[in-house]
Amino acid sequence: MSLVYAGVCSHAPGITARAQRADPVIRDDFYRHLEKMRTDIVNSGAEALVVIAAEHFANFFMNNMPAYCIGMGDEYEGPIEDPEWLKIPRTKIPGAPDLSKRLITEVMQTVDTAFAQEWKFDHGISVPLHFLTPNYDMPIIPVNINCQGPPLTPLHRVWAFGEALRRACDSVAEKIAIVGTGGISHWPATPDSGKINEQWDRDFLEKFKRNDKQALLSYDDMSTYSEGGQGGFEIRTYIATAAAATGATANIHFYAPIPIFAVGCTCAHFEL
Amino acid sequence: MSLYYLQKVLYDLNRNPQLQVTYMESADLVLSQYSLTEQERTALIEPDIGLLYVLGVNGQILMHFAALHKIEWDDYLQAMREGIDKYGPVRDGVYAMTGAGKNFTKNSEVHSD
Repeated sequence: MSLVYAGVCSHAPGITARAQRADPVIRDDFYRHLEKMRTDIVNSGAEALVVIAAEHFANFFMNNMPAYCIGMGDEYEGPIEDPEWLKIPRTKIPGAPDLSKRLITEVMQTVDTAFAQEWKFDHGISVPLHFLTPNYDMPIIPVNINCQGPPLTPLHRVWAFGEALRRACDSVAEKIAIVGTGGISHWPATPDSGKINEQWDRDFLEKFKRNDKQALLSYDDMSTYSEGGQGGFEIRTYIATAAAATGATANIHFYAPIPIFAVGCTCAHFEL
Repeated sequence: MSLYYLQKVLYDLNRNPQLQVTYMESADLVLSQYSLTEQERTALIEPDIGLLYVLGVNGQILMHFAALHKIEWDDYLQAMREGIDKYGPVRDGVYAMTGAGKNFTKNSEVHSD
């Protein structure tokens, strides 16, 4: 049928792993907005959820690093992390291989994407799913954009990829939801973990809210690294989602820096 | 290319619970399969989280290796800070792009608990 939902949220492992160390008022408000995303996705009638993620060397390494990859598995497994560390039980997650194949085929009309029938989810997907599909009862199609191992795909190609995903979603009979997960500014798993450039985040979200293609594509990796840390490279997942929602503006439901989660926690969705 | 194999060890370990068991029983056996310098091998065996960070290992890989060794989160962060103090700026990899790992956060920006 078409794309019925497009949104973004944060995925940092601290969101679950260090939940008890966060300010409970802010943490629970964030969790409530994730729950709102869950109900919005359910109410959209979505039959499958595409998660545009920035995985972190769980499946892809510098021996063969795709700029883009889309899952085509019967099922997936996650989290790859120690479940006791992440505080999310390891489980199987259903895929939608036939739907994946049709989406990939259409995306490939304009963008060369890799595909994978085997995929282990790390916190980049497992944390969002823990909140958005806690019963793992919705088929998931994982999408990865390399945001970790430079050279990274340029932002104008990310936009093209997002547009291709939208066209692919609109070409199939099923109702599809897309959730992008990533940054914004953060310095994850480094000595600067917990640092958050709130002003940079808010500037980005303002551009994101307007779905301003020119403004979103104005970032470059050196300034992003300088202002937003290496985690800032994950703006690619937000930009791809924005491109998939071309023509729609976003509603920023929640944004708050939560240092022990090591990220400015965000929930937003586009008014499709 | 050395950083490549140093990170490859950890990438393989992170993905493979059985390899983790083997590694904890006999790290030498596992590491013999990789092309590593003596410094890298020693840093892995100890483990010296600070040196691994300075050598350029990505934190998204390194944090799981720390967890494998039951190193708590705050201790993991502190080990990297001490590594910078002891060994100097990050030498390779993504963190050497700008600032070379010297861009420390103020404690007030990091700790909310």
